[in-house]
Amino acid sequence: MSVIAYSAARANLRSSGAMLNRNWVAMRRAWILVASGAVESLLFLFAFGFGVGALVGDITLPDGTTVGYTAYVAPAILANAAMMGVLSETSINVFAKFKWMKVYDGILNTPLRPWDVALGEVWWALIRGGTYIGAFVVVMGLFGLLDSWWSLLAVPACVFISLAFAGIGLTLATLFRDWPDFDWMMAVVFVMFLFGGTFTPVEAYPAFAQPIVYAMPLYHGIELVRGLSLGQPGPMMLLNIAYLLALAVAGMWIAQRRLAKALYK
Amino acid sequence: MPHDNEMLVRASDLRKSYGEHEAVRGVDFEILRGEAFGFLGANGAGKSTTMRMIGCVSQPTEGTLEVFGRDPRTEGAAIRARLGVVPQDNTLDGMLTVFENLVVYAGYFGIRKREARAKAAELLDFVQLTARAKDQVNELSGGMQRRLAIARSLINDPDLVILDEPTTGLDPQARHLVWERLFQLKHRGVSILLTTHYMDEAEQLCDRLVVMDEGRVIAAGSPRELIDTHVTKEVVELRFGTAHTAELAELALTLKGVGAQIEPLPDKILVYTDDADDTAAALEAREIRPTSTLARRASLEDVFLRLTGRALVEDEA
Repeated sequence: MSVIAYSAARANLRSSGAMLNRNWVAMRRAWILVASGAVESLLFLFAFGFGVGALVGDITLPDGTTVGYTAYVAPAILANAAMMGVLSETSINVFAKFKWMKVYDGILNTPLRPWDVALGEVWWALIRGGTYIGAFVVVMGLFGLLDSWWSLLAVPACVFISLAFAGIGLTLATLFRDWPDFDWMMAVVFVMFLFGGTFTPVEAYPAFAQPIVYAMPLYHGIELVRGLSLGQPGPMMLLNIAYLLALAVAGMWIAQRRLAKALYK
Repeated sequence: MPHDNEMLVRASDLRKSYGEHEAVRGVDFEILRGEAFGFLGANGAGKSTTMRMIGCVSQPTEGTLEVFGRDPRTEGAAIRARLGVVPQDNTLDGMLTVFENLVVYAGYFGIRKREARAKAAELLDFVQLTARAKDQVNELSGGMQRRLAIARSLINDPDLVILDEPTTGLDPQARHLVWERLFQLKHRGVSILLTTHYMDEAEQLCDRLVVMDEGRVIAAGSPRELIDTHVTKEVVELRFGTAHTAELAELALTLKGVGAQIEPLPDKILVYTDDADDTAAALEAREIRPTSTLARRASLEDVFLRLTGRALVEDEA
């Protein structure tokens, strides 16, 4: 019934740690590539936050409070950074290792199981994404965009986003056939970035579009990070977290299943 | 706790199907500790599929398979922890250096860093790649990559090393280097399992082997036993100018009785005989004069030919 000897229950940290170690050894010579990812989201922050923000000034939220537009947009760009960091790592890089470099073919002759591989890739993506998040939060703080102690929780909130998109990215890596598929992924990502509640409250959209936005994983990430960094925690955040966690678990499970199917012929 | 006749692998009526296609159709064999065991057969005979099942990266469809007394269906990871695998395409990590390939791979087996580095250095020395330790693997020649894959397979001191076509695609010099290293391993008492479609490789390296054809085992034994059982001591190869397939088949009919068996091939006729001189005399008596006559000792190639009626490596006949 089951594919050879894989199971989430028996996965242990040592095995996924070995996968993590492999990525660390392989990428430590290319650290500049890793670091350049952080710059991109900072540029977004400057362009939209300070450029557009200076024109918009303050905005009034649906609950009546007023915030500066930069403080409103910055958490969404942070959420976007948390998404992009892990998504490019898990989708494109895992795809390359899986289909082109055949890295996992060699690994599956060892005691590592597909689940360990998937988990190891998620750890690595989280670390890589985490450096972007860290850099971004520091910059937000320096510009006075963090309003309360609650905003420190924006960092762990980003971890939920990263987990969700690590799961999604891994699944896509095993589903994609060739590079053009990544163009489709980037198109969807861009739509989420533009309409996932990044620049305006979702209530501003026409009624028919709102359910689509609610289904977007990034929307839940943005809500979570924005609520915390504006110091407005609420019960809806539990739903946001649950949605993101569900995506993470489902994504990793599908990915390891597909890895097993492709490699354990 | 190695002891005599300890069984490493046992297969009984082992089968593997991919949809309609039956790649392995019920094979039985046993592999003992300390021996070099070979699967011999043409491409598509089911050798690699059998090896993948033993390596726990492919599920048997039916039948029993035990590796180290464990069931690969449920204990794959535990079995793989004690195996060393050299896949046909090496599967080296192209993003890592030669040395890193070994150290990182050791990590997959839970070997600590310090120990892994010492072991990696020792193994690089064993496969004569110490000078290339810091190079990227794609800078290595095919033979060097294969040797690195062999070194990698030894990183966990495996109880059984599995090699799938270890010298396919290598030039003669590189082949001999690989054979020489495998000989060394044999001497150290490492149990080896290999597939090959090269007769000379099987004859040189294997204590025991099974001949596979179309998913079945058609003969088993030591190379000597197989030759003694299935073919005569000597073989005389006869060529008749440019005569080929149909003409040779006709000519073969006139040769009845000059040897124990006559086997017409596309480009020559093989006469299996216990005495090449007697065969030569018989030909002379019948006034049959081939353009060339070559007498040689029978080999595993002849065994395969005799058993299947086909040459083993068609493009290298």
